[in-house]
Amino acid sequence: MNSILTSKWTKVVVFLICLVPAGVLIWEAFTGNLSSNPTQFLEHATGDWTLRFVAITLAVTPLRKILKRPQLIRFRRMLGLFAFFYGCCHFAIYLTFDQVFDLHGIWADVAKRRYITVGFTGFVLMIPLALTSTAGWIRRLGGKRWSMLHRAIYLTAVAGVIHYLWLVKSDIHIPLEYAAVMGILFGWRIYTHYSKPARAVPAPIPVRKGQTSIAPD
Amino acid sequence: MPIKKSSGLKYSDVTPRDIYINRRKFLYGMGLAGGLALAGKGLGDLISPPERVYASTKLQGMSGSPFSTTEKITPEQVVTTYNNYYEFGTEKDQPAKNATKFVTTPWTVSVEGECAKPRKFSLDEILKLAPLEERIYRHRCVEAWSIVVPWIGYSFSTIAKLAEPNANAKYVAFESYFDKKQMPLWGLAGIGLPYVEGLRIDEAMHPLTLLTMGMYGETLPNQDGAPVRMVIPWKYGFKSIKSIVKIKFVKDQPPTTWNITNGHEYGFYSNVNPKVDHPRWSQAREVRLPGFFKNTPTQMFNGYSDQVASLYNGMDLKKNY
Repeated sequence: MNSILTSKWTKVVVFLICLVPAGVLIWEAFTGNLSSNPTQFLEHATGDWTLRFVAITLAVTPLRKILKRPQLIRFRRMLGLFAFFYGCCHFAIYLTFDQVFDLHGIWADVAKRRYITVGFTGFVLMIPLALTSTAGWIRRLGGKRWSMLHRAIYLTAVAGVIHYLWLVKSDIHIPLEYAAVMGILFGWRIYTHYSKPARAVPAPIPVRKGQTSIAPD
Repeated sequence: MPIKKSSGLKYSDVTPRDIYINRRKFLYGMGLAGGLALAGKGLGDLISPPERVYASTKLQGMSGSPFSTTEKITPEQVVTTYNNYYEFGTEKDQPAKNATKFVTTPWTVSVEGECAKPRKFSLDEILKLAPLEERIYRHRCVEAWSIVVPWIGYSFSTIAKLAEPNANAKYVAFESYFDKKQMPLWGLAGIGLPYVEGLRIDEAMHPLTLLTMGMYGETLPNQDGAPVRMVIPWKYGFKSIKSIVKIKFVKDQPPTTWNITNGHEYGFYSNVNPKVDHPRWSQAREVRLPGFFKNTPTQMFNGYSDQVASLYNGMDLKKNY
């Protein structure tokens, strides 16, 4: 098991699996199977996958602790970047088909419509995280500040769920499912944080060049 | 009005289409087996193709209508697989799947309230009440998509006049069929049921207001509001109530489902109006299905201003949204 987790090929396989939803959508587009309202279908599909990848990314730390598989951390950056990737697709589809590159219209939407305001905020918050996801940036910021910054993913998760919740007309059970998943992921963190005996402030983690990931909780 | 009965064998009986199509789902399942447990549900949603339900009875001998638009008619496939019919599920593709067994025969519509001659009509009676017309109308959903549909029916005023509404009949209230057994997803709809709608009496009696029993040359498919629905082409689609069982002439403005659910977003009038935005999105443009781009400008009263604008003279349409 450990050798599978540490193999470089596993990373390649996970990468390809993460691309499957995009591949399916492209295939559906070419076979005319994007429903009768293709733009809405693509918006919903890419929005769903953004939220799913945010949740999967947030599940890495609980999983590696619970399963005692610290190697899982290798996949976290890639999964987070895939959340950003699907978020970019989501925004690009809105920009292209929904607003037809009407930047004024987009600004009016972001300013006036709270579900778009909150969704856009969640998306924008992912940009600095994607940019600082490299080893170089971890080193430059220092582990402590880097992990502080990357807690913004929690805000993105909350914003994404609220965005969905405020978007639907009446049937909120799917956004509530996402809220429940996020609630569990947040709840685990809160629980482990408070259930541990008080400890001294941890020493800053020295980050060496070439080290690709540190492990803030 | 000759109505040719079909052999009883439905088109959907001929081809086990879902089985045929689901082979892809199966292959996908094979390819993805073992991976992505969390993602599985989403993939299932992505790859399950829309199904189609055909109406079984051809309607014949319709006349055309001067009210018809010459715009390109939306493919029937779109209109039968992309539906807002929350009793059968809130996803657009759900009504086509979940309404297949909806029983619409026998069917009775009760016309009652402030009128001299309240009575009940069977569907056969309704179909024979007046010559059927085909009317090709633009249909604009409040969600900013639109379609062009060849509806079949006749002006609602035809049936209304038979009941002889009295001077107290200021409004007409409509009610949809509701049965928890036939509509097991009703609890997820998030709206009060049965679905109710209403029109001012002059709106209801306007010749454009269509009592609709068919589309695309056939009786209505279940997911499109079989067996009888309203079509009010200058209002957002949710005003055009489906599967009607009750028509009641009333004195006061009747409650309407979406207005009860969220009065801030859905008014009683709900006339198509590009200048009055939905609180959560612009109504200035629409996507003409099955297109990609939301670049069709929305017209005042959905392009029926010449016929209906006078109904709202002197009214503040921002307030009376």
